Amino acid sequence: MANQVQYIFDDKNLRNSEPLKYKEEDLKSEEMIINIGPQHPSTHGVLRLEVVTNGEIVVDVVPHIGFLHRCFEKHAESVPFNQTIPFVDRMDYLAAMNSEHAYAMGVERMLGIDGQLPERVEYIRVLVAELNRLASHFVAIGSYGADIGAFTPFFWMLRDREHILRMLEWVCGARMLYNYIWIGGLFYDLPVGFEERCQEFISYLKPKLTELEKVFIENKIFIERTANVGVLPIDLGISYGVTGPMLRGSGLKYDLRKVDGYSVYPKIEFEVPVGKGEMGTIGDCWDRTWVRAQECHQSVRIIEQCLEQLIGDHKRTRDFDPRKMVPKKIRPKAQDLYVRAENPKGEIGFFFRADGRSDIPLRVKARGPSFMNLSVISELAKGGLIADLIAIVGSIDIVLGEVDR
Amino acid sequence: MKFEEIVEYIKSELGANVVLELIENATPKGFVTNTDRLISVMQFLHSDEQLYFDSLSCLTGLDNGPEEGTVEVIYNLYSIPFDHHLMIKVQVDRDQAEVPTVSGVWKTADWQEREAYDLVGINFNGHPDLRRILMPADWQGNPLRKDYEEQEFYHGIKLEE
Repeated sequence: MANQVQYIFDDKNLRNSEPLKYKEEDLKSEEMIINIGPQHPSTHGVLRLEVVTNGEIVVDVVPHIGFLHRCFEKHAESVPFNQTIPFVDRMDYLAAMNSEHAYAMGVERMLGIDGQLPERVEYIRVLVAELNRLASHFVAIGSYGADIGAFTPFFWMLRDREHILRMLEWVCGARMLYNYIWIGGLFYDLPVGFEERCQEFISYLKPKLTELEKVFIENKIFIERTANVGVLPIDLGISYGVTGPMLRGSGLKYDLRKVDGYSVYPKIEFEVPVGKGEMGTIGDCWDRTWVRAQECHQSVRIIEQCLEQLIGDHKRTRDFDPRKMVPKKIRPKAQDLYVRAENPKGEIGFFFRADGRSDIPLRVKARGPSFMNLSVISELAKGGLIADLIAIVGSIDIVLGEVDR
Repeated sequence: MKFEEIVEYIKSELGANVVLELIENATPKGFVTNTDRLISVMQFLHSDEQLYFDSLSCLTGLDNGPEEGTVEVIYNLYSIPFDHHLMIKVQVDRDQAEVPTVSGVWKTADWQEREAYDLVGINFNGHPDLRRILMPADWQGNPLRKDYEEQEFYHGIKLEE
């Protein structure tokens, strides 16, 4: 192997592998192409934007994606169902628990064991998923502040997120990529003492969320920077497949936790905040961020109710085995199945095809909410300023791991 | 409306020949249609007042392998106001994988079809901007084809083993 050729030098090797969509000669005389990214902090990862500008005005935006493509779907059809879960983590790495939950639900539905899981397992799943939702929204809000020039919220949010990551590390041993929710159960029960510490954390967090709203969300500078910027009408959003806080920011009360009522969400009380256009137009950048901040309050409510159950009716018992329902052999009948769930960014979906003869799926397609939410960017940014483009990209809250998969 | 009612309604409005085959072992249930009628079926599903499938949740390209010799495109539709689900499938020949685009009906189909074109190698006729989306523009082959073999070198870099 030592003498194998690893690289063949050629002058043309450094040629551009992703050409521009617009050609210089097709532009009008006052138009110019500006390239933003892929290495730029305001693009939230490796996103490259080809921006056609006329002075300060954005004429068109063409996103070039795929820099973080790690062949999720190719991997998923070459390993058994349960071994795909670590790959699922790496899609939306800021909200891995939520993606795992959706994936595990899909395979459980194919096996026909959904709804038979112990209640304690379901409550733990919802608990960790909502903790992760908080962490994801904290990054979204904090980094959005940093994008448009407010640095303090970024530190505050990452400080509180750090507590959540440490709690989740205590649960499963990893900070971000958990592999905790298994098909048919969980890796482990919650560690002893977790419920009480989590309650303490929640009572610490509540005033911090109010403080965030007062200092950041309702800040005059922030409102003036984001209100009436990047307005997304509902019908356009639905046509582009936009979901999650972005569509709710446009005023549509559409949350899959309520609509589909999966897991134990029907037993839990919470509200679905929607954008009202309080500071500007319905569906602007401010509404989206406000919806995320309100969802943090709702997640806290859900966590409180889960903890109540996990200490009360479904408390820890000596004979509780979170892996009792984990199947030894995962071989669903031949079928197609589409499963969806509410991720912090929107609707995550998995399409499965099982052939009934092997433990390996024939095809797994992942529908990432960030991918769909990003596709609407040219509609939002057209006709605005370049500076507003940065504000719009931040308000979409993309994770490039999920866009590129 | 239940699935059976939806199918009956479509048959009565568009003719029985649009539903080639019902897919029973699927969640949500659906039917197979042919590529010639695909656009008219989709436009009807999208804008009919009783169905109103306003969102295309997921578009999947799928290769059945060289033995079967077919590729499929699977559309998962959802109606937000009525809470209906429906799965639509079309099947085409593997060597001439050409399906009409539905990007005129749902704008989200634009990127999703580009992804299916990129990874599975399905041509969407009439697509406004059919370029590769996840792989580089000068990549060879379609990675999710069952008989895919990756190229030996990419820009002079040895790829595997």
